[in-house]
Amino acid sequence: MKKIEAIIQPSRLDAVKNGLHEIGVEGMTVSEVRGHGRQKGHTEIYRGSEYQVDLLPKLKIEMVLPDDRAEAAVQVILKNARTGKIGDGKIFLTHVEEAIRIRNEERGEAAL
Amino acid sequence: MRRLFLGLFLGLFLAGGAAVAPSYAQSGSAPSGVAASGASVEQQMSELRQQVAEARSSGDNAWMLVSAALVLMMTGPGLALFYGGLVRKKNVLATMMQSFILMAVVTVLWALFGYSLVFHEGTRVIGSFGYLFLHGVGGAPNPDYAVTIPQDTFMVYQLMFAIITPALITGAFAERMKFSAMVLFMVLWSIVVYDPMAHMVWGKGGLLNAAGGVVPTLDFAGGTVVHITSGVSALVCALYLGKRLGFPHEAMPPHSVVLSVIGACLLWVGWFGFNAGSALTAGTLASSAFVATHFAAAAAALGWAFAEWWRNGKASVLGAISGAVAGLVAITPAAGFVGPMSALLIGLIAGVVCYLMVSKVKGRFGYDDSLDAFGVHGAGGTVGALLTGVFAVRAINPIFKDAQGNALAVGLVDGNAHQVLNQFAGVAMAWVLAIVGTLIILKIVDALVGLRVEAEHEVQGLDLSQHGEEGYNLEA
Repeated sequence: MKKIEAIIQPSRLDAVKNGLHEIGVEGMTVSEVRGHGRQKGHTEIYRGSEYQVDLLPKLKIEMVLPDDRAEAAVQVILKNARTGKIGDGKIFLTHVEEAIRIRNEERGEAAL
Repeated sequence: MRRLFLGLFLGLFLAGGAAVAPSYAQSGSAPSGVAASGASVEQQMSELRQQVAEARSSGDNAWMLVSAALVLMMTGPGLALFYGGLVRKKNVLATMMQSFILMAVVTVLWALFGYSLVFHEGTRVIGSFGYLFLHGVGGAPNPDYAVTIPQDTFMVYQLMFAIITPALITGAFAERMKFSAMVLFMVLWSIVVYDPMAHMVWGKGGLLNAAGGVVPTLDFAGGTVVHITSGVSALVCALYLGKRLGFPHEAMPPHSVVLSVIGACLLWVGWFGFNAGSALTAGTLASSAFVATHFAAAAAALGWAFAEWWRNGKASVLGAISGAVAGLVAITPAAGFVGPMSALLIGLIAGVVCYLMVSKVKGRFGYDDSLDAFGVHGAGGTVGALLTGVFAVRAINPIFKDAQGNALAVGLVDGNAHQVLNQFAGVAMAWVLAIVGTLIILKIVDALVGLRVEAEHEVQGLDLSQHGEEGYNLEA
């Protein structure tokens, strides 16, 4: 099993979500996060005082998939999350040892 | 309404009667039973006069009660939201509480002795205890101040000014003052600074009273009494308490400009009660002050916004609303003395001056006037009080009269250059009283309970450390 963590632009969520549904991905967890990579932040000015804001709002999508379906999901995210500008985010893949459904204690891919 | 019609009917009847038989009215001793109603013409006339006076009193009283409510609305929720939005979210409740608790504290002081110290005749500097516990204050008008409304209305209207004035100061020491120290400071400040200043400018026999004072200073609705005293005291507080931890290295942006926009709009609306209500009647002077107030706010919002646009490339929302408040501050002393074009000009000047005070001067000197109480109220109040001496005209308000009752020139543009000097004197008095009074009070409160919260509590936020609550409880 692979865990996919994708950090994307908030405005791309619907496109990514719809794309994933189309290839049959059923579960995901989405959270609002703040961070930055190479993208520079912006300056806010309140009554003449400047504030450098470098942590920018992003969305993080997490899902765990069987090994053979991970690459397809990555392709869908790449296609739908890209705007071509700095700040489009990143995708991380990690190996997952075990998955357990709390309701009935199913394990492995059956629990996904 | 019925009374009004009855009065009109009676008036018409009497006017007819007087034309037919004028001798009755002049003789002064018409026997009863001569007039149709059975009462003498004198009695009917006096009844009529009383009914006309009552009708007028009803109109004025209605407007003044609404005005009083509008001015209270400026403190809560107006100022509470305006200031609450500008602090970090860990301090939002404590900041709103500072405004709110003053609605209660100052009210009690006012009822016990505050009103008396300001409005009962006393010395040139302070009133006396004639109205202690509101003794003698009731439904009858006080002809020294407002002949057409119950003194109760006048008293409660003036109370709302006494509430918002100290509340304005809280912007200077936001995010770092102990609640206990704040309450004690404000009690003393009301007595030592507000009451004498209000008495000097508005009280009968006051030193700066426009009608009969030693140095007649024009202050229609509180440029010196409210805005200079609070703004200058705010600066003293900011300097005495020192900067917030982390200022200016750490970012301390407003946590919700949205709240501040709502607050500023409530302030703008409430200010109609503040300024137009200061006419103390519902007549033409109230209308003129209403118009001047609105125009100044509009011009100042544009002044600040464009100044910022020009310097930073963007017109910020916070800039526009701060500008509107600056304009309202500046027009406060002038509202009942100037025409609409002068109001636009006063607003525009105040908008630009206050923008420069807040964005340039504050940075140059490095004091931490957290929410710019001095930059907006101290500076805007001073600009407004001085410009009142320039733009006041007798066509709007013939306040100065010669022995024959002819209207004399009021401000510089009206031909009375000397008034500008009087305004300087009034401004200087307000500055000196605010600086000296506030310094003494701060020393006393510091010695008694300590002014600042502990560093640990400041980092934690005043909501939790002072009140045991949170403004935004996300788990609830």
